[in-house]
Amino acid sequence: MPTESTSVSGSGRLAVRKTYKLFIGGAFPRSESGRSYAVTSSGGDFLANAALASRKDARDAVRAARGAFGKWSAATAYNRGQILYRVAEMLEGRRAQFIDEVSLSEGGDAASTVDAAIDLWVWYAGWSDKITQVYGNANPVAGPFFNLSSPEPTGVVGLVAPQESPLLGLVATLAPIIVTGNTAVVLAAEDRPLPAITLAEVLATSDLPGGVVNLLTGRVAETAPWLASHMDVNGLDLAGVTDPALAADLEAAAADNLKRVVRPGATPVDWHADPGVGRMTPFLETKTVWHPKGV
Amino acid sequence: MTATATRPAGSGAGDLSEVARSEAALRTFLHGLPGVDEVGAQARAAMLGTRSIKTSSKAWAIDQAIGMIDLTTLEGADTPGKVRALSTKALRPDSEDPSCPPVAAVCVYPAMVPVAAPILDGTGVHLASVATAFPSGQAPLPVKLEDTRAAVAAGADEIDMVINRGAFLSGRYREVFDEIAAVKETAGPAHLKVILETGELATYDNVRRASWLAMLAGADFIKTSTGKVAPAATLPVTLVMLEAVRDFRVATGRQVGVKPAGGIRTSKDAIKYLVLVNETAGEDWLHPDFFRLGASSLLNDLLMQRTKLKTGRYEGPDYFTLD
Repeated sequence: MPTESTSVSGSGRLAVRKTYKLFIGGAFPRSESGRSYAVTSSGGDFLANAALASRKDARDAVRAARGAFGKWSAATAYNRGQILYRVAEMLEGRRAQFIDEVSLSEGGDAASTVDAAIDLWVWYAGWSDKITQVYGNANPVAGPFFNLSSPEPTGVVGLVAPQESPLLGLVATLAPIIVTGNTAVVLAAEDRPLPAITLAEVLATSDLPGGVVNLLTGRVAETAPWLASHMDVNGLDLAGVTDPALAADLEAAAADNLKRVVRPGATPVDWHADPGVGRMTPFLETKTVWHPKGV
Repeated sequence: MTATATRPAGSGAGDLSEVARSEAALRTFLHGLPGVDEVGAQARAAMLGTRSIKTSSKAWAIDQAIGMIDLTTLEGADTPGKVRALSTKALRPDSEDPSCPPVAAVCVYPAMVPVAAPILDGTGVHLASVATAFPSGQAPLPVKLEDTRAAVAAGADEIDMVINRGAFLSGRYREVFDEIAAVKETAGPAHLKVILETGELATYDNVRRASWLAMLAGADFIKTSTGKVAPAATLPVTLVMLEAVRDFRVATGRQVGVKPAGGIRTSKDAIKYLVLVNETAGEDWLHPDFFRLGASSLLNDLLMQRTKLKTGRYEGPDYFTLD
């Protein structure tokens, strides 16, 4: 049923209501399974129907992410930074819509949450051409060599987005994954997916190549195990897994192909706090080259 | 069913030997074949492509498809090392699972036949070589025959020849017929696959005519494409060819095989072809002697699907060989 936010009262116009879909490979498909589920506000009112992703949607998303990895990881850090900054510009343009959705889904001071999310995105965009200086090194070695270590992206990373903070938490976990050149398959907050889907619309209009970020909505317990066991996924961020038994299972499944795993925080994370670089480094590999030098 | 009997009117079983007696007779026969219902063929192929093949049927189909692959490498950059690796992979596609069947054949350029022959000899995996100035077929006949002779002498037991599309499209059917017959004779005991290059034939009617022409001239297999021209194999084209081999068997009693090649990359595609074979030509054709899939990257996708069925998790290409 239309709520105050979706129908236009008094003007006599029919409400143009939005279909919330998945975001895979730069397109917005419905779930392959044809399923959907009802999303309600924090107060329990019906908001919208969102697509209920299946394992095949997860598989398609991984394929799209793998396809996008080559180009995105090879893009210059400068170019990635520009694109991410562009995302922040688009976020700013949709500020009012995000405030609406955040306030419906998590309540609280929505305006400051959205501002924090945009600022955090800008902050991470700036890291794109700086992380190498901080985590790369010229190593002193006993021999006539230049020995250089540089961080490189891991590959396709699966992210279970934080449940309680559907926008800020998502930005705080997604931005550090893609800024370094990884591509991502995101399982949005299960009960509060709307801000995530709107973020996907922002990403789709920000010059971000299709497939760099793929977003699924649905049940974490259903789709996450398929990402965890998928042999073409290289990293797994379990930020939004609230059930410790499920987190342990996912970590065990992820071990099969030695995925890099970030465990869920033991205590609730304050997404407003200074994040440091701790979320960028888990999905970086270090490449070291030995280059001979004259005498 | 949109299946149309393409048996020419008035001909009983086995009396097709006379149709090639002259250019005029051949033309009359080929142009007397009923036209193909283009929309019907496309619709039927699309409809059969929607069949859902799951679990144990899927496992069976995957193994069947692996056993029907002509594992192909036809690049200017082919090296003996690559061909050796490919031949070894043909014998045991999944190095971790001995229950995985070998492929049907390895398909290479004539120059690479001596490399592959010692590896495949006596294993039951056939060695196919393209010949007759593949892929264009634009060379004088003696050159084409020498090409064929060299490949057979080097150890190929299957020859994939291309038809002279220039002659076919300008209506010189007798010339095409004679070339196929000459190559067949030169190839001797080697099985002859005739590539129609359907992507250059423009119409389904032409595909049907070329199929009959090749079969009349002695082809053991008719093959869609070289893989060098787009579009390569498509489901409707293969449907038309399957109808042709089915009707040819009714007319003559001889069973000819079909080989779609080029552009078949996923297990899903391969399974669609198997459904098409079963529903069009029948079970008799569901055998590597009568149906092949010309492919290279398809094999890895089949292996990944096979492993997925076994382990229950999605597989990644990092864990399979490159070619």
